[in-house]
Amino acid sequence: MENQYAIEMLGITKRFPGIIANDNITLQLKKGEIHALLGENGAGKSTLMSVLFGLYQPEAGVIKKDGQEVAIRNPNDATALGIGMVHQHFKLVECFTVLDNIIMGVEPNRFGFLQKKEARRKVKELSERYGLHVDPDAKIEDITVGMQQRTEILKMLYRDNEILIFDEPTAVLTPQEIDELMQIMRNLAAEGKSILFISHKLAEIMAVADRCSVLRKGKYIGTVETKNTTMEELSAMMVGRNVNFHVEKVEKTPGDVVLKVENMTVASRVHKNNAVRGVSFEVRAGEIVCIAGIDGNGQTELVYGLTGLEPVTEGKVTLKGTDITKAPIRSRNTMGMSHIPEDRHKHGLVLDYTLEDNIVLQRYFEPEFTRGGFLRRKNIRGYAERLIEQYDVRSGQGAVTSARSMSGGNQQKAIVAREIDRDPELLIAVQPTRGLDVGAIEYIHRQIVAERDAGKAVLLVSLEMDEVMDVSDRILVMYEGEIVGQLDPRTTTAEEMGLYMAGAKREEM
Amino acid sequence: MAAKKRTPILRIPAVQTLLASLVCILLGLVVGYIALLLINPAGAWEAITDIVKNFWTYSNSRAQMKYLGNTLVKAAPLLMCSLSVLFAYKVGLFNIGAAGQYVAGAGAGLYCALALGLPWWVCMIAAALAGALLGCLSGMLKAYRNVNEVISGIMLNWIALYTINSLLNVVKDTASPYTVVLSKTNPSAVIPSMGLGALFTNNKYVTIAIPLAIIIAVAIWVLLEKTKLGYELKATGLNRNAARYCGMREKYNTILTMGIAGALAGLGAAMFFLSGFEEWSVTQSSVPAMGFNGIAAAFLGGLNPIGAIFSSFFIQHITNGGAYVDMKMYSSQISDFISSVIIYLCGFVLFFKYCLNRWLNHRDEAALRKEGDK
Repeated sequence: MENQYAIEMLGITKRFPGIIANDNITLQLKKGEIHALLGENGAGKSTLMSVLFGLYQPEAGVIKKDGQEVAIRNPNDATALGIGMVHQHFKLVECFTVLDNIIMGVEPNRFGFLQKKEARRKVKELSERYGLHVDPDAKIEDITVGMQQRTEILKMLYRDNEILIFDEPTAVLTPQEIDELMQIMRNLAAEGKSILFISHKLAEIMAVADRCSVLRKGKYIGTVETKNTTMEELSAMMVGRNVNFHVEKVEKTPGDVVLKVENMTVASRVHKNNAVRGVSFEVRAGEIVCIAGIDGNGQTELVYGLTGLEPVTEGKVTLKGTDITKAPIRSRNTMGMSHIPEDRHKHGLVLDYTLEDNIVLQRYFEPEFTRGGFLRRKNIRGYAERLIEQYDVRSGQGAVTSARSMSGGNQQKAIVAREIDRDPELLIAVQPTRGLDVGAIEYIHRQIVAERDAGKAVLLVSLEMDEVMDVSDRILVMYEGEIVGQLDPRTTTAEEMGLYMAGAKREEM
Repeated sequence: MAAKKRTPILRIPAVQTLLASLVCILLGLVVGYIALLLINPAGAWEAITDIVKNFWTYSNSRAQMKYLGNTLVKAAPLLMCSLSVLFAYKVGLFNIGAAGQYVAGAGAGLYCALALGLPWWVCMIAAALAGALLGCLSGMLKAYRNVNEVISGIMLNWIALYTINSLLNVVKDTASPYTVVLSKTNPSAVIPSMGLGALFTNNKYVTIAIPLAIIIAVAIWVLLEKTKLGYELKATGLNRNAARYCGMREKYNTILTMGIAGALAGLGAAMFFLSGFEEWSVTQSSVPAMGFNGIAAAFLGGLNPIGAIFSSFFIQHITNGGAYVDMKMYSSQISDFISSVIIYLCGFVLFFKYCLNRWLNHRDEAALRKEGDK
């Protein structure tokens, strides 16, 4: 009988000091199938892929290709076996063309001179065969994220890879682009490519995958045929219990205006143009306003403008009736603005400080924690321990744990605890659940809704469609630095929101 | 495995620093010894022991104390320079400008003492201010124009040197390139000894500058570890963006840090030149090594103010010891050469710590794998 598996990982075990990242995991990818790999963060998906790419050597287990046992000692071995990957964060040179990026590393040359003609022909042919529609001569910085992703796919196809791995490919795409990607994946599978699709989005797995393998806390839970299962069953396999997907919240009438933004313009630090262009909106007490949009449409700069991290070049920002357009960051914070930042490592934490020092980061100067210029260590410890207890922040050594050594979810919980416990008037939460597992997401959503119910104003910036729909009371869609639509989450659909996000539809605001 | 484990002794940071520092010292001595062997094998062992012995070369305990005093006189400014470097380093800045700040301090201190006839404590304050001014310049360039403090520091080192040379020309001795003798021109500008000199066989250069430097080292430790300012400055150094996010004034903090670092180096210069141990040569065309040696002392001391007290003394100890090497066998530069080899290797403390941790991690992982095989 001919071997039906393109790649098999049998009984893979990989240990790190203090943790078993992969515990006897088996993954069998059939030829020409789309196989989903499902698991929460920290379930061991990344480790397993690193083993497949030769970045880690497992303590136990074998890898087989077409039934033959193979040794993968480094990424070059993996490439030689025809394994290719589209990373979550693309690995493209922005100022190069699509073609240049595709041939990079395997440049066709004669006597050291590039021979692009043949390469261009091959790229065009591949592009047509799989319906990828990419212009080989466009520069990466000029094309959309969806096209950049298709460039990454072409990179794999150009190298004649047979096994294609997609690492959370839909995170950066609009709903329409996601549909296109699914179609491309189906085309690839139909042409005989074997696809491994790493994701934690159940709907997508149900839509495109043939089979699904589930990991939980480093253990292999099982493999199921998607046509014989349900989303509920998959999520129970992934989390180990039944999850309530829906955020519980009661109707509430918004109160007074807390944050008022008038015609605000913020310059981009990276490019010379304006990243936020004349945006106006209000956030009232007791409501959650959500800024939706695809990554890179000015949401980051909008928050920087509100929080004072970047200067506002035009317009006016008012917090509880006070003009804060030019106020220093410290006075905004003490006036009742809390900010859960987008990048917890860049802004949210001093990673080499202890947990307790991070917890007082916004309050260390208050008389409770400083007297006569000296820190009151005892009070800091007490306060930190109360928050750790109350918000269930888990860490190795409690208050004195180095923030760097904590898991992403607990780092985020520490930030949430710090920002919410200050009892703010306005809570600005930017992608507060990014990279967290289902349990932590549930928890953080509950905290945000609780703030709203306590009569606080909440501005939530999110890239996750589900989060936008479930948590918000009002949705503002941002596209290319402007607010192009206001939607009601009770009446709108993901499709309609997608059209606004992609710039295909807009209303005059 | 939530059971509380005791940290293995090799994992304790202080133990690691001490161990790494000792390895550096040992390695430096070995390399120095090999170099001596290559030049002239006959006297190598004697030369290296002379360097390590320093003042113990003398059999007479009175002479020993006197020369220990000389080492201390130079160790105090070195400690100040190393404090300057490590303080800036804790805030994420590399103060190679300590050398220039030291020069500025020397110039301001000596000018106030010799040309203006001011008392010693005013001269010291002037020296600290001059160093701070130079430090602030680097800090401002860094904060507002994002000029790397290493570049501006090196350039300011030279600017400071030639400015001070021409400034001190007015108090130059007529017959030599040196400034006039401090104790004859303005005795009130000599830092008082308060009886300390008597302890060191009447070494008149041993002054209260030495205990003062140690007190300042302890004060810097307190500032960094116990105060709100230290918390802010370290946060700024570890993560500039997070400091900004929570409303710290990171530009102001950068300038303040460089200012304090500069004041420390400038004060160090005053401690040395106002003891009258040496005069300033207005024709010197290289920046005094004190500031640069401060970098080595800071790293050898594990970037800890208390560690710096010991490392500064050690570095000065071997530098002085170099003077006892037999000049008939080796050229006169050999003492500088050996001490600089050792000082150079002192810079590797962090590297050895890194190696040690890697080895420990490796060992733990291997142990785990073994466990897994069972």
